[in-house]
Parts: sequence; C-alpha cells; structure tokens
Amino acid sequence: MDPLKGEFKMESIKILDVKGMSCPMPIVRTKKEMDTLHSGEILEVHATDRGSLADMPAWANAAGHTIVDQKEEANVIKFFIKKA
Amino acid sequence: MAFIKMTAAQVARKVIENQKLFILDVRNRDAYEDWKIEGHNFDYLNVPYFDLLDGVEEILAKLPTDRDVLVVCAKEGSSLMIAEMISEEGRDVFYLEGGMDSWSSYLEPIKVGNLTGGGELYQFVRLGKGCLSYMVISEGEAAIVDAVRFTDVFINFAKEKNVEIKYVFDTHLHADHISGGRQLAQATGAAYYLPPKDAEEVVFDYTPLEDGLIVKIGASQIEVDALYSPGHTIGSTSFIVDRKYLLTGDILFIDSIGRPDLAGLAEDWVGDLRKTLYRRYRELTEDLIVLPAHFMIIDELNEDGTVAKSLGDLFLENHGLNIHDEDEFRHIVTDNLPPQPNSYQQIRQVNMGKINPSNDEQTEMEIGPNRCAVR
Repeated sequence: MDPLKGEFKMESIKILDVKGMSCPMPIVRTKKEMDTLHSGEILEVHATDRGSLADMPAWANAAGHTIVDQKEEANVIKFFIKKA
Repeated sequence: MAFIKMTAAQVARKVIENQKLFILDVRNRDAYEDWKIEGHNFDYLNVPYFDLLDGVEEILAKLPTDRDVLVVCAKEGSSLMIAEMISEEGRDVFYLEGGMDSWSSYLEPIKVGNLTGGGELYQFVRLGKGCLSYMVISEGEAAIVDAVRFTDVFINFAKEKNVEIKYVFDTHLHADHISGGRQLAQATGAAYYLPPKDAEEVVFDYTPLEDGLIVKIGASQIEVDALYSPGHTIGSTSFIVDRKYLLTGDILFIDSIGRPDLAGLAEDWVGDLRKTLYRRYRELTEDLIVLPAHFMIIDELNEDGTVAKSLGDLFLENHGLNIHDEDEFRHIVTDNLPPQPNSYQQIRQVNMGKINPSNDEQTEMEIGPNRCAVR
C-alpha cells in the first residue's frame, strides 16, 4: 500500500472465487456478491477468464464501483472492488 | 418465444447475399469499436452484457421486428444469456454460435474462375478477419497460397475436389495472422515455400521461394509464376496464375496498398514498395485480375463475395497507385500509419516457428482486424 495515501492495508471483506468460470459468469457472480456488501466495503475477486481484464473494470465503472487494486499472480487475476 | 443458434456460416451468407441483419453486440465498448461483424445491410446496437444484468426491458424498443436480431459476444456465453433474457420478454432472437472467435475463424470458399484445361481457382474468404487464401486446382493437384491456420478447411476441400495438395506458398512472413502453411505442408507432404529474405530467422526447413520460380500444377501444366515484389516485407513475392490472375499478397489491395512497417523497417522499405507498385506492376498486363491476401472494408467485396479487380481498374481507382510525388508517397506510407495489428510481434514469432502457443492462445492473438494496409 502506498504510505502517502494514509491508508494502512487494503482489507477485503470477502473473497469471491470465480476461477475456471467463463464469461459472463465472473461478472454475474461478482454483481450478485456486491449486492450483499455495504457501501465502502471491498470485495476481492479471483478470476482466470482473460475477458475479465477488460470487462470487470468496464462493469465496475458503469456500476459506480471502484477497482482499488488489480494484480495477476500465476495466471489468476485479482480484482479489489470497492462498493459505491 | 425462442432463442435460436446462428452459425458463422449463416452470418457469412447474409454478408455475401447483402441480407438485412440487426446485431446486438454485447461486448464492451472498446472491443466493439475495435472490431465487429461487418455487412452491407447490417444495423447495430452495442450494449455491454454487464449493463443488462438487471433486465433487457430498456433495449427491447430498440430491437427491430422486421428482420432477424442476432446477439453477439466474444465467445458465446454472454450472448446466450442475453438472448435468453430477450426471448423471455416474448421476442424471437438469435445468438452467434462460438461468438466472435468463431466468426474470426470462419472461411467461405468462393470460386474465382476457371483455369486452362478444366482447372479452377478458389478464394477462401475469412470474413471476420479480412484474410484471403487461395487454392489453384488442376487435374488432381492443388497449390495453396497464404493458407490461414485452419488447415482442416483446405484439407477437406481438397478431398472434396479429389485433388492432392502438392505446393503450399506464403507470399511473405505474415504479421497480422498465423499462417497455416507449415502445418498444411506437414500434414499433406507438400513442399512449403517461403521467400528466403523473410525467412532468415525461421527455425524450420522450407523451400526458398525465389523470383522467377515457375511451378506447374496438374497435367494441364497451369503455371504459377513467382514475381519478387518487396515493400510490405523485404521478401514479399507475388504470383501470376495461368497468366490471368495476379496474387499480390499484402502489397496491393483493392482499395489500399500495403504498409511497410510491420517488420520494423518502414523507412528502408518504402523505396521497395514504391518500385513494386509504380514500376514492376506497371510492366504487367492490365488485364490481370488482382487477388490480394486481405481486404480491409466490406466495400471491397464484389457481388458474389469475392475480392478481385483488374489491375487496370486499380491503376485508375486505387489512391495508393496514384500518388505521383515520391515524397508525398513516402510521407503517406511511413507517417500517420494506422495502429499495428494486435499481437503482431508475437504472431511473427509464431510464423517463424519460435514460439508454439496453444490453440486458445492463437485465437487470442488473432482478435481484431488485420490492419495491413495504408489508405
């Protein structure tokens, strides 16, 4: 975490595993999960569908959520999505 | 109401027969704007599937009822989901089987014409990607030029026609799509020809495609003559088939000309491109029918779906053949070029045999339009 931002650690309240699922399921499941969160809470999503790279940020943007971090480890794409 | 599968082959017929179709493309905006299914009489609506998860009511009024509505996405899954939602609202709707992946890989074989002694020339139109491959058939033998990677299509077509594939040529080392030449030659025992100047880094054996090479196909000895025509790449070679057809590779298209920069040497090759287009091709008879390795826009298709026009017509109509000032030509083909094809560096590596990606990875690399031309 960037210390200049004055935050400590990115705490995701929940991890959603959509590995192995293909489009549209990663986003369908993410949306469903986000609906259960409170504003400001962060959902961590683990996906393997390459289409998520473009679609997840586009969906989050349209829905008003913020992707606060995104990384890729061993072909698993991890999104940290903060609820609007 | 029903949601029904439509295949890439059915969409291809609609393109070629100028039929009407309404496409609801549910990919994200960038993907849609980069590349979509083009048809003369197609209308479009782009709404990403993730904007429709709560329902499709808001777009129903925008979907026409006087023609087929086809839902399209990248691979199929999202279009199937949206098509089902639309059908639940009481509308008949189609979805594209296999999505844009299958559209990109579909080949439509179309006969270009007859050759001496009962021979035939076929053009394989890859509508989704704008790639054109060719098969010359003569009395039990076939030669294939610029085969795309779906080698089964050529092998099955040759079986249907009862011909043996004897020669496989690539006009140059392709940068926008993965060649099927080497695999096709391996599978059929044919010789695989590549221009040696494009093949300096390849890691497999090939037969050098030299200027002036003449190959005779079948008993009626239809000639396929190689003509060195550099500019898009330093090795680019054209073919004259049966003294009637000029296969130009990526040097000359119907409504544009080749770009010299995809192998990284635009400045060096612009002179070669100029010489090929303004001298070598000028020495040929204008009756030759030009058959390029690509088309860029749907307007380049003829009524029957082929992409072909006489060299004389192109000298009159193709802007790229009518830039008389050499400096202006240099400027046009080296400055302000369109974006390069997706993954073109990787695709060149595949075509040199240096990397061997899986089928899925190859599909991913080939997403998008070909972008081989300067207009």
